[in-house]
Amino acid sequence: MRLKKDTALSVALVSPSIVAVLIFIYGFIAWSVRVSLSDWKGLLPNYTFVGLKNYLELLEDPRFHIDIRNTVIFTVLFVGGCLLLGLGLAILLDQGLRGESFFRSLFLFPMAISFIVTGVVWRWLMNPAGGSRISGLNLLFDNLGLDFLINRWHTTPTWGIAAIAIPAIWQMSGYTMALYLGGLRAIPDHLREAARVDGASEVQIYWYHILPLLRPITLSAMIILGHISLKVFDLIVALAGKQVALDVPAIYMWTTTFDGYFFSRGASIGILLLLSVAVLVIPYLRYSLKGETEL
Amino acid sequence: MVSTRTPRRSVARIGLYLPLILVSVFYLAPMYVLLATGFKSFAEVDLKTMWNLPSGIYFENFRAAFEALAPYLWNSIRLVVPAAVISSILGSLNGFVLAKWKFPGADIVFPALLFGMFIPYQSILIPLVEFMRSINLYGGIPGLVLTHVIYGIPITTLTFRNYYASTPTALVEAARIDGAGLLSTYWYVLLPLSIPSFVVVLIWQFTAAWNDFLFAVVLTNPANWPITVALNNMAGSQIVQWNVQMAGAFIAAIPTLLVYIFLGRYFLRGLMQGALKG
Repeated sequence: MRLKKDTALSVALVSPSIVAVLIFIYGFIAWSVRVSLSDWKGLLPNYTFVGLKNYLELLEDPRFHIDIRNTVIFTVLFVGGCLLLGLGLAILLDQGLRGESFFRSLFLFPMAISFIVTGVVWRWLMNPAGGSRISGLNLLFDNLGLDFLINRWHTTPTWGIAAIAIPAIWQMSGYTMALYLGGLRAIPDHLREAARVDGASEVQIYWYHILPLLRPITLSAMIILGHISLKVFDLIVALAGKQVALDVPAIYMWTTTFDGYFFSRGASIGILLLLSVAVLVIPYLRYSLKGETEL
Repeated sequence: MVSTRTPRRSVARIGLYLPLILVSVFYLAPMYVLLATGFKSFAEVDLKTMWNLPSGIYFENFRAAFEALAPYLWNSIRLVVPAAVISSILGSLNGFVLAKWKFPGADIVFPALLFGMFIPYQSILIPLVEFMRSINLYGGIPGLVLTHVIYGIPITTLTFRNYYASTPTALVEAARIDGAGLLSTYWYVLLPLSIPSFVVVLIWQFTAAWNDFLFAVVLTNPANWPITVALNNMAGSQIVQWNVQMAGAFIAAIPTLLVYIFLGRYFLRGLMQGALKG
């Protein structure tokens, strides 16, 4: 009797959340798909079915081409930068240095800050003004005699988006470091000792013995950072506003929907973003759930 | 760790500090400019001298920024406190049931929740706005709280579920043999054990809601803007000086920075749980 009652009660406890997730996540995705297949342009909903028209228009849309290009450049630099810097810092911090926890906290603190705050600060650090109005990092480079580093940051034609990767790396590389450091700490010491006894140098130990063991961490980090990169939005808005040169799908979706009332196009961009994240995340989730489902 | 290494390498070790210190400069430079600018007087603020230390400690920038941002700070507090508390309670109950009481369909629910953590919210934004309009919650704080609670269900549930799954089932069995029902098992046995998880989830949801921009900018009207939206608006305006923007950015960052400084251990645990499942 008691068990039956408990089963009913546990269903009653979780069902509001399950229903909410079903509606607000999966139901809303279906609703968005429907909007993306409609002709809704303007304030009043219009669900006239037009097939894939909105998606096909996006494929022809020069602004969306800029978005894809920017996303690719940003993703490569951001993910690559975080992985390299994160791994490098983790290896340095794994040497048993004094002050390790200080450095670790220092590299991680940007994670606690919002992308908006980061964007506002870096907007002034990456001030592109030149000549007598020079400021920010360019001013610092000028004072240090590193004039060759002076550049126009995010206002550089074509490659402006690359500059946005710098604050993004600033914010997320500490997190990548923490992931790698966790991985390094899990490697038993006798493995290094054995390699050392075999006469391997420290560099060889890392290259041949330790890095291969960190591959699963690299994979996780790439997926996590990659999906953050596909969704990048607030950092660019706070740093540079809504410029077409620095446009990405998330910003296009926002402006075309809520400034331009082109709901069907906005929904199409949202669904394409979802698909790109799903392609990245679903295989990863299947892989990491494998050992977990037998609860 | 240290003892396993040979002493001759201690000289080379000094060389390890050089790159660490150089990278530290990269991490600290933005905070330096933020604080150096914030504490300058209006008179000495100049883009040309932005790397100079202030000549004294002045609060004019912070005062101006605080005056402009105070109502939005209050909005953020009214948002994050209920969002974090409700999320944690809900997550704890869900996690408990998913971990300890098997029910049909549990292995579908789990991956479905997990995927919900990763979706780009652009893919649900239009229905969300339409829905909030239809139930008259569009524009205000309660609608935004509801949004954070609902889209927080996956992460809060999974964090608690992972925690409860690691507590011995024998505890639950023993309580059941003693005649405890579902709720008293939860209340007397598992809840007291899960205080650390509550801290992790509260911090996680607090930080997520405090730092959120997308939901806030789409769902609230200007009177109810939280701090992120107000700060972004301030940064985009031509009227507010850059030094006041910097002070505003610092004010907006203080709550989550304090949480990080004092509860960093839990913060990190939340981060890791968000990333690495299993």
